[in-house]
Amino acid sequence: MIHTRGLTRHFRVKGEIVEAVRGIDIDVEEGELVAFLGPNGAGKSTSLRMLTTLLPPTAGTATVASCDIRTDPLGARRRIGYIGQGRGSGDQFRVRDELVFQGRFHGMSRAAARRRADELLATLGLEGIATRVASTLSGGQRRRLDIALGLMHRPELLFLDEPSTGLDPHNRANLWEHIRRLREEHGTTIFLTTHYLDEADTMAERVMIIDHGRVIADDTPERLKSDLAGDRITVTVGKGEDARAAEIAARIPTAHEITTGRQAPDAAGPSAAPQEGPDEGADTVTFRVKNGPAVLPELVRALDAAGLWTVATEVRRPTLDDVFLALTGRSLRESDQTQEGA
Amino acid sequence: MTTATAVTAPGPLGRAGNFLREVGLVFAREISPELRVPIGLIIGMLQPLIFLVLFGPLLGGMPGLGESHWQWFVPGILVMISMFGTGAAGYGVIVEAGGGSLERVLVTPLSRAAMLIGRTLKEALTLLVQGVLITLLMAPFGLRIHAAGVAAGLALLVVVGVGVGSLSFALALAAKRSPSLFWAVQQFAQFPLLLTSGVLLPVEAGPAWLAAVSRFNPFTYLVEAERALFAGDLAAPVVGYGALAAAAIAAAGLALGIRGMRRATL
Repeated sequence: MIHTRGLTRHFRVKGEIVEAVRGIDIDVEEGELVAFLGPNGAGKSTSLRMLTTLLPPTAGTATVASCDIRTDPLGARRRIGYIGQGRGSGDQFRVRDELVFQGRFHGMSRAAARRRADELLATLGLEGIATRVASTLSGGQRRRLDIALGLMHRPELLFLDEPSTGLDPHNRANLWEHIRRLREEHGTTIFLTTHYLDEADTMAERVMIIDHGRVIADDTPERLKSDLAGDRITVTVGKGEDARAAEIAARIPTAHEITTGRQAPDAAGPSAAPQEGPDEGADTVTFRVKNGPAVLPELVRALDAAGLWTVATEVRRPTLDDVFLALTGRSLRESDQTQEGA
Repeated sequence: MTTATAVTAPGPLGRAGNFLREVGLVFAREISPELRVPIGLIIGMLQPLIFLVLFGPLLGGMPGLGESHWQWFVPGILVMISMFGTGAAGYGVIVEAGGGSLERVLVTPLSRAAMLIGRTLKEALTLLVQGVLITLLMAPFGLRIHAAGVAAGLALLVVVGVGVGSLSFALALAAKRSPSLFWAVQQFAQFPLLLTSGVLLPVEAGPAWLAAVSRFNPFTYLVEAERALFAGDLAAPVVGYGALAAAAIAAAGLALGIRGMRRATL
């Protein structure tokens, strides 16, 4: 459904060449749900704008829905849907009119466009405001209208650029409900960009991580997490026994990033009850490991055999942020703050 | 990779028909808010109306304007509306580009040329309605209506509207999302063009260098042609020059505007 080779885009900014996208190769098959994850300015939107024919590439090739974006942009536009970051509807137009015109722009007959518009107004809960002018809608209503606009012509491939930015949790859940239904009912291929870690993690079947214009990882969220980050085990042992416990932990083949201390680095977790509990007067060993739940009993037995008292244990599954950290040495959250703008 | 497109390309006739259909759709979408609340119609006339009401009376009794100063002034005001009203139309495209709706429409198979021409026709129609309103408004104040001349004058105005509207869109697309750049260029062009076109005062009465400068301003010819037409003098040579100037502005505007829309990358 999407195939790119060496897709590249440079911009000239004040006489300097900015390499926004540096030769990405993407293959997305029919029916996949892929999330493009990366910090702001990583090249997500630029890539998407090339794939949606809004921006010509500096180099490389891309076909979307079997159409070459350079030689047959019109063919691509007929087959793809696009829900951009901004507001797709014009301020001064009425909700239903915008939908009908969008359908007509896609070559639908007036009757077909009206039928389809009414259908979408109903599924997206916009019937009550069909004759309202877009500028009078709430943020959530406006976003639902954007979705409806993108779906008018029943595209086989749907691009969404940061679809949930600016949405409250209710509307986000609502949006994902529609995306899920779209896939179940029509097998639509979905390609979206996001910088929400949890969203990519829970919703996408496949995550491509992009940083500085390059795809640096591409797999299911589960495999990315287990291969690139691993589970984090924190063991609380008796006071002063952390060094010996760390030695024992180091014998586990996949153990890495072993640290010791009085408190786990992320003491804000649910296990960190400050006053009571065995933490008082205890030390901890923290490390990353593959398949933490299976490793843990082994470790406890080994600690036991060495005569060390295990006070508490905790296994934390990694997040995609841990994956990003492992790949780049930076946290995605920090990158977001330091790399504003695109 | 060359893959045959599933949607077959229409034949030449079908293609032309489809293009007209698309122009019509864009036009219909653009005109729909105006039909409900004609804001653009009124805003575009505002400044010219102020000149008409607060400056026009000053011309009464001035030599060199013929028997009625309104007969001299009103045709020029119509050209002025094209500069101030139609010339500002591009701002709408900047708003669309900033909001995201232009981007959304650019990802539909709609022809770029249709996107420009449909918008331009809406501007031309708005200008025509404004021209009709001003003409009717001024009739009781001594503007004589030569039916054929007025009709030809308004037709000329429509061509001007196509040209100026397209140029304004071209400027907006070139300015990308910067309203300040758009307004700076628009204002920078508008006032010299207005003052040297002889809309407000006869340029011939001024120094020779100013009269020479005015000869390089295409709007000068439009103003002269409109005055001749509103006087009922359809065969005057200035009408021919005016028509040429209008056609040139329209051709340049459409070429630049369509090019801008084709290259629009957001």
